[in-house]
Amino acid sequence: MSGALQDWKSQKKSFAAVVTAPVFWLALFFVAPMAIVWLYSFGQNAGPADIEISGTLDNYKRATEWLYVSIFLKSFAVAALTTLLCLIIGFPVAMAITFAAPKWRPWLLLGIMLPFWTNLLIRTYALMALMGTNGYMNKGLGGLWEGASWLRTIVGMQPLEAWTPVQLLYNNFAVVLGLVYVHLPFMVLPLYSALDRLDRSLIEASLDLGAGHFKTFMQIVVPLAAPGIVAGVMITLIPALGAYLTPDLMGGTDSQMIANVIERQFKRANDWPFGAALSFLLIYAMFILIAFQSMRANKVKEA
Amino acid sequence: MTQAKQPIIQIRNVSKRFGKVTAVDNISLDILAGEFFVLLGPSGCGKTTLLRMIAGFEMPTEGQIFIDGQDMSLVPPNKRPVNMVFQSYAVFPHMNVTDNVGYGLRISGVSKGEIRDRVAEALELVKLGGFEDRMPDQMSGGQRQRVALARSLVMRPKVLLLDEPLSALDAKLRAQMQFELADLQDKVGITFVTVTHDQDEALSMASRVAVINKGEVAQLAPPADLYEYPANRFVADFVGSVNIFEGKLTLDEPDKAAVDCPGLGKIYLNHGVTGPHGADVWVALRPEKIYLHVPGKGKAVRAAAQDAPDGHNLARGTIKGMSYLGDITLYEIQLGGGQMIRVSRPNLSRHDQEDFTWDDKVSMHWRADSPVVLLS
Repeated sequence: MSGALQDWKSQKKSFAAVVTAPVFWLALFFVAPMAIVWLYSFGQNAGPADIEISGTLDNYKRATEWLYVSIFLKSFAVAALTTLLCLIIGFPVAMAITFAAPKWRPWLLLGIMLPFWTNLLIRTYALMALMGTNGYMNKGLGGLWEGASWLRTIVGMQPLEAWTPVQLLYNNFAVVLGLVYVHLPFMVLPLYSALDRLDRSLIEASLDLGAGHFKTFMQIVVPLAAPGIVAGVMITLIPALGAYLTPDLMGGTDSQMIANVIERQFKRANDWPFGAALSFLLIYAMFILIAFQSMRANKVKEA
Repeated sequence: MTQAKQPIIQIRNVSKRFGKVTAVDNISLDILAGEFFVLLGPSGCGKTTLLRMIAGFEMPTEGQIFIDGQDMSLVPPNKRPVNMVFQSYAVFPHMNVTDNVGYGLRISGVSKGEIRDRVAEALELVKLGGFEDRMPDQMSGGQRQRVALARSLVMRPKVLLLDEPLSALDAKLRAQMQFELADLQDKVGITFVTVTHDQDEALSMASRVAVINKGEVAQLAPPADLYEYPANRFVADFVGSVNIFEGKLTLDEPDKAAVDCPGLGKIYLNHGVTGPHGADVWVALRPEKIYLHVPGKGKAVRAAAQDAPDGHNLARGTIKGMSYLGDITLYEIQLGGGQMIRVSRPNLSRHDQEDFTWDDKVSMHWRADSPVVLLS
């Protein structure tokens, strides 16, 4: 970058020319609507389509009722579990891509990205088709069950009772599985970019000094991939926390997350003020997460 | 270390192929305990692959490597009694100097007190006392290399492997580290095996050098033998600077030989070369072994070349290029037949470089034991 552009204070006119349009855009389409919703959160319904902004804190008081707090906590738990599973599954995947032969790497990355480019709704319904009581997962499990039953008859034992399809959908399991499926690329890509930058000779040096593969992984790979791990956790956790479609379609009656509650306030309940209050509580929670992360990043930089 | 030296590493018919590419082609050699062994060759010649096979990062496609008599075929890198200093140094960026150097000892479960003592000792050895708490990004390349050295030496390996150890250092530091490495090796008595493409490095540090070309050993010899008695054109050309002329062997007796070189003239040697009579051979002549004279002062020429019969080991030419390097001056001289020959001349006094200039007609001569006859 040229020094002249970096020093924007001495180039006010060109700086203004570059910055005005995006600032205007953000103000008009992001800050203003958000501010309106924020104001709604301090209001109350004055009619079917009329909101009176009275400065009341009733909406926030209502949000502290256990019903809503428990859904908030549950959303956190589901998002955290999703993130953890993504990390556990994503790390070996990212390592495999990093250490694959160079000619395979773009294809493997494409394999990670491809679902990402497909519509979420289509992917979710496709997953549901797999997991239904008549889906391929149940058929596969049923086949295994019958095989086991047949083996038992061969050795002269009683056959197993007939296969009853397992309820895979419409429960918390389905929600977590769906969320992991949707968010895995968000975890794999930052991990891959961190691992790809890792100097291979550091791993070889660790092996050379007597460490086995597990110790090398724990002592060298994980600490040096930490920035990628933090980035992956953040960009998995935050969207998972606000997940709406997956719990709505794949969840049961007890697996709604906070975004589903918010949606109900805006639509069926027609209680925009309360929905606004819940929305902003969710946004604040995300802000706190991001603040923690940047504080940590600053600390690392200082050290 | 005056007792008969035992081989510490035995390389037996080792080949390594990557797909269709043969990196190492049926190499067999012994590396002796306590020696400073250098693998020298151009980039891509397979020397680094050979080193990595000794360390265990690559498996030979064929053949075996024995370290201290033990077959290493199934031994992973972390179980081998060798340690490596990587070209990039591979100092762990998230650990300070103490933790870097103590890493291997911590892994192998050495007690804390012993780790502290041995780390301090190793840092002293590489002259890094006082740097214990530094992080790698606060250190220069040379200092990081010392960390890598200490980190390997602290493990007390039987063999220390060094991959292009000096290539990332500037010229001054490189010259100093050449001495220090040789000195260090002498002090700790560990066998050093170094890979380099730099012939100066190889000649100055090694007790023996294996010159590698296209995956094969072109010659294995002590540095002075490599330089003065190259086995073939590749070694003569790769190690140092050399003039090579093609010729026919016209005389070959136990105490004398002669080669007729169309480009250079009649070459006389005061020793036999045991080559087939009339064969095509090559004569290698180092630039510093050629004396330069002003024609007409022929008496001096004859006097100096008196170990050869009249008409031999003499040549005339015209200076076409000069480069003054301070300690020596290099002359590019065109011979009568059009070929170029390179002559170097030490500047023994402050005005020696003024003796000759461009387009001067000069005569050259050399001693009868200076040329080397190469059969391949």
